[in-house]
Amino acid sequence: MTEMETEQIYQVDVGNLLAFNPNHRFPSAPSSREELVKECLEESRKLVQAVANALFNFPSTETHDGPIVQLPPPTTKLPREKHVPRPKPPTKWEEFALKKGIQKRKKDKVVWDEQTDQFKRRHGYDRVNDDNDVPIIEAKASDEPGEDPFAKRLDEKKKRVGKQEKNRLQNLKAAEKAGALPSHVQLAATSLPISGTKAQPKKIGKEELGDVAGLAATSTASGGKFDKKLPGEKPPKKQGKHHKYLPVVAGRGAVNPEKEQTNNVLSKIFSKHSHEILNVGKAINMYNVKKEKKKSGRSDKSGRSDKLKPKKDITKKPAK
Amino acid sequence: MMEIRTPKTGKAKRVLEKRAPKLVETGKKTLILHGTKTSATVSSVLMELYRLKKGGAIKYSRRNENIRPFESGGETSLEFFSQKTDCSLFVYGSHTKKRPDNLVLGRMYDHQVYDLIEVGIENYKSLLSFSYDKKFAPHEGSKPFICFTGEGFENVPELKHLKEVLTDLFRGEVVDNLNLTGLDRAYICSAISPTKVFLTHCALKLKRSGTIVPKMELVEVGPSMDLVIRRNRLPNESLKKEAMRTSKDNPKKKVKNVDQDAVRGKIGKIYMPDQKLGEMQLPDKSKGVKRERKEGKLKKHKEESASKKKKNSSDSEKIPTDAE
Repeated sequence: MTEMETEQIYQVDVGNLLAFNPNHRFPSAPSSREELVKECLEESRKLVQAVANALFNFPSTETHDGPIVQLPPPTTKLPREKHVPRPKPPTKWEEFALKKGIQKRKKDKVVWDEQTDQFKRRHGYDRVNDDNDVPIIEAKASDEPGEDPFAKRLDEKKKRVGKQEKNRLQNLKAAEKAGALPSHVQLAATSLPISGTKAQPKKIGKEELGDVAGLAATSTASGGKFDKKLPGEKPPKKQGKHHKYLPVVAGRGAVNPEKEQTNNVLSKIFSKHSHEILNVGKAINMYNVKKEKKKSGRSDKSGRSDKLKPKKDITKKPAK
Repeated sequence: MMEIRTPKTGKAKRVLEKRAPKLVETGKKTLILHGTKTSATVSSVLMELYRLKKGGAIKYSRRNENIRPFESGGETSLEFFSQKTDCSLFVYGSHTKKRPDNLVLGRMYDHQVYDLIEVGIENYKSLLSFSYDKKFAPHEGSKPFICFTGEGFENVPELKHLKEVLTDLFRGEVVDNLNLTGLDRAYICSAISPTKVFLTHCALKLKRSGTIVPKMELVEVGPSMDLVIRRNRLPNESLKKEAMRTSKDNPKKKVKNVDQDAVRGKIGKIYMPDQKLGEMQLPDKSKGVKRERKEGKLKKHKEESASKKKKNSSDSEKIPTDAE
């Protein structure tokens, strides 16, 4: 069989080393398995030979590992694994630069630094015009008194960095919309958006959760005594008495503890250094506040009574 | 609020970049999975498929009860695994009373099921049952020949589909350069009836034939089996159109002023702008020119000082002469 004939009969895709014989028909009832396999192999051998004919006739370059041929691109069309990469939308700056006709320029990596009289990198550690190299900032007439110029400079820098970060996020969001987010970048929602006056839901800690669980467990009529315990449930915290009542009647041969407690307080107040325990300023404040409250309370009462009390008799004069 | 998350290490970044969609894709990876139940035959087939495709395949050994590729909702788990392992081909083996020795072959596009074909396995012969000279044993990861025989692959739509899936499964990476000494294996697929395909794996013997092209001989090394077509699901038309796009489909911009000539090769046209020689400045003022100017300046100075005195009279005289 010549080459021309084989090409007509077989469909050969050298790029995939694939050959297809669409004309062969197997007998409908093969006599035995062995014969069938034999026939298949024989037919396939011809196909492999057809591919090899094309392959070995390509110009090859000899290497010490063997001859290397250049394969043509595959002709069999197969689906892609992933979509074709989408073009990245221009950033806000790129849009602006295009509108204004601003072109990119290459900048030198190393620049002459006049502060230190040597060449330094443009960016990064030990860079040119580094703020850290300036020990003194000269005062200007426009300076406000009482303002730290160093702190101001740092603050401004922080603001600039923050703004750039915001811009970056905005551009990335636009890229995500276009489906062209760089493969190593992921945008993740940090928390739910704050809507209106509603406060952000706070994460409840382990301790807090335990406290709440304890409260819930003891809030039945029996104080949780007859409730079924869940597996792994711990006994509620803060069980038992909190207020300690002292005995009113003294025991034999002992002082009345309640009386003693009161005495202690009194002796503190009437002691030599009583002026030290009394915070005069606070006391005056408290007194004033109480007075104010009393006043306002009275006025409130009168106001309310005027407005809200239904007048029983309109004809009757209020003043007696 | 949004947060920008980037990998913290260079390695993680490289891994992510490797997984990103590319204009020209490298080979597809295969994921091999077990169903809830697998017979000895199916397990063996999966194991041997993995061995054949080693280097480009990932095999999971756990049983998956959530994977039912043909049912809606049954592909969730599959798509997750595809995303996780970055595989876009999968082979899922199971064994049930209704469909004994079942194998589902499928492809993914963008980590979503693209198409599926289900086949039953019959007359399975394992790798171990073949005896042959071990020096012909194919090397791991070598580029295989793929042969399809039988008119069924063109006439029967299911078989046509199977042909495409098997090509994708076996062809491996698309390469530009091929070492001819590395050719050592072939996958043989023959449509012996409209529903049955004989599939086997052979080693190649290259024999001298007196010409450049050696004589090829096939030695069956297994595994070999019959695939009986069961269910299949063709890709969605719109999805297919999208998935078939290649880098060649977006044509390159025509390069201006460059032509290709069959005889003379690459030809370029060059347009020279007007050089404006009259306006051009001399690059370097030579000494001779300078001296001349100096002398000229001196001369001018003398003349000026002389002419300044006469200026008024001479000007008034000149103008009428010009008019005449």
